[in-house]
Amino acid sequence: MFAYDFMQNAFLASTFIAVTCGVVGVFVTARGLSFLAHTLSEIGFAGAAFAVLVGIPPLDGMLLTTVISSVSVGRLSVKASRREASISAVSSLFTGLGILFLALSAKSASYATTILFGSIIGISRADVWQLVLLALVVLITIAIGFRGLAFDSFDPVGAQAQNLRRNAISVYFLLILAISVSIGAQIVGSLLVFILLTLPSSVAKYLGKTLPQMLTIAVVVALIGVWAGLVMGYYTNWPVTFFIAAIECLFYFAALLLKHRTE
Amino acid sequence: MQAPMLTVKQLAFGFHDRPLYHNLSFTLERGSMTSLIGANGVGKTTLTRLIMGQLKPTSGEIMTAPDMRLGYVPQFRNIDPEYPLSIRSFVQLNQRQSRWPWHGKKEQQALTAALQETGLLARQQQRLGMASGGEKQKAYLAQALLTRPNFLILDEATASLDIKTKTELMTLVRELNAKHDLTVLFVTHDLELAKQYTQQYLLLTPEGYELNQTKLMDESRMPQELQPAEEVH
Repeated sequence: MFAYDFMQNAFLASTFIAVTCGVVGVFVTARGLSFLAHTLSEIGFAGAAFAVLVGIPPLDGMLLTTVISSVSVGRLSVKASRREASISAVSSLFTGLGILFLALSAKSASYATTILFGSIIGISRADVWQLVLLALVVLITIAIGFRGLAFDSFDPVGAQAQNLRRNAISVYFLLILAISVSIGAQIVGSLLVFILLTLPSSVAKYLGKTLPQMLTIAVVVALIGVWAGLVMGYYTNWPVTFFIAAIECLFYFAALLLKHRTE
Repeated sequence: MQAPMLTVKQLAFGFHDRPLYHNLSFTLERGSMTSLIGANGVGKTTLTRLIMGQLKPTSGEIMTAPDMRLGYVPQFRNIDPEYPLSIRSFVQLNQRQSRWPWHGKKEQQALTAALQETGLLARQQQRLGMASGGEKQKAYLAQALLTRPNFLILDEATASLDIKTKTELMTLVRELNAKHDLTVLFVTHDLELAKQYTQQYLLLTPEGYELNQTKLMDESRMPQELQPAEEVH
């Protein structure tokens, strides 16, 4: 299996993406931004479709739209009272735009499937390096701002009381989230970027009691999912995304069950 | 003699359509324990925000000691039963002297000391979401103490606690006050606790304010809603 270049590429890229999404996911869950992550991925879908239309790499289109829109969409969703409605409105608009761009580009339907459901198998070595680089940017940025981000995510009231620069932290995290959504979508697709951002971190939330524990659990769960998904996809020829989704859900429900048993 | 921890002179402040105070003057001496009392909406939390510099006074002065290190325990915390972090990890969030993502030996020791001081050491592995109201308040207090403050503001810290837990928490605060010469401003509308644990009070009313350095208060002069002391169980 590892004799093939395409499998090497897929493993290398998936490993870095899973680690990134596992780490970022812990903060997404703590900050209650799961739905925002989903909206960003739909905006990313429109960006990728637009990229196909104008002939640039889909990942670049996705990065461009998610990074540009992350801060404004994040602001829209600050007020809980209007969060659901504004997020639904933005999601609908961008999903519609994505469909329009794909139709205009007159490319085959397989493009839509690729963007929506992911296609880690078959990416080039150059794509791999781009993904690894982006993952490293996210991970290093988080390491640098770790304590402030952790405080603000897990105790916003306390962070406010300590005069942390909460606005700056919020913008910084939304940008990190935009990049993570874009690279996560390369494996599982923009429709299911949830799988890597929300499920491993929810397992971590149920089982971990400290930040190091939660980060470790989220990364391990994400890694097992993508690695096992790739192997199963290789042997069965079924979509990798399906296996990753199934494995992560299994982890999630097992953790939920365990939590209820122990309490 | 050292300068007072806080001197407020002829302070005036209000939101657009609602003046809160004018001509408010008081002093908090070092190591003193003061209650800030008044009915809801009279501007107690606003006054703490002015002291912390989060709001600017319309006129007047707020002078703090040059060596003041402020610790603030806010009124509301959004900790639901699903909250994952242990008491220890939660308190640790405020440890930010170093930038490394991991915590060194010295930091762990300082954290253990803060947990010991607040009586949380035996319960440090408990998830905060599942902790009792008293444990939660102590954890908030311990978190604020990590930065070694010499001036502590407690905003309605006892509001949701039963009498026994309230007393326990206030005894702890008084111990810390004595041990570290900690200046304490205790925002509350619980008159009993104020009388029992603080040496002076500052009463805010819609009409003005009253400052009393003596411990006994004339309850008949308190606003209706403050008597008898509110008990929430």
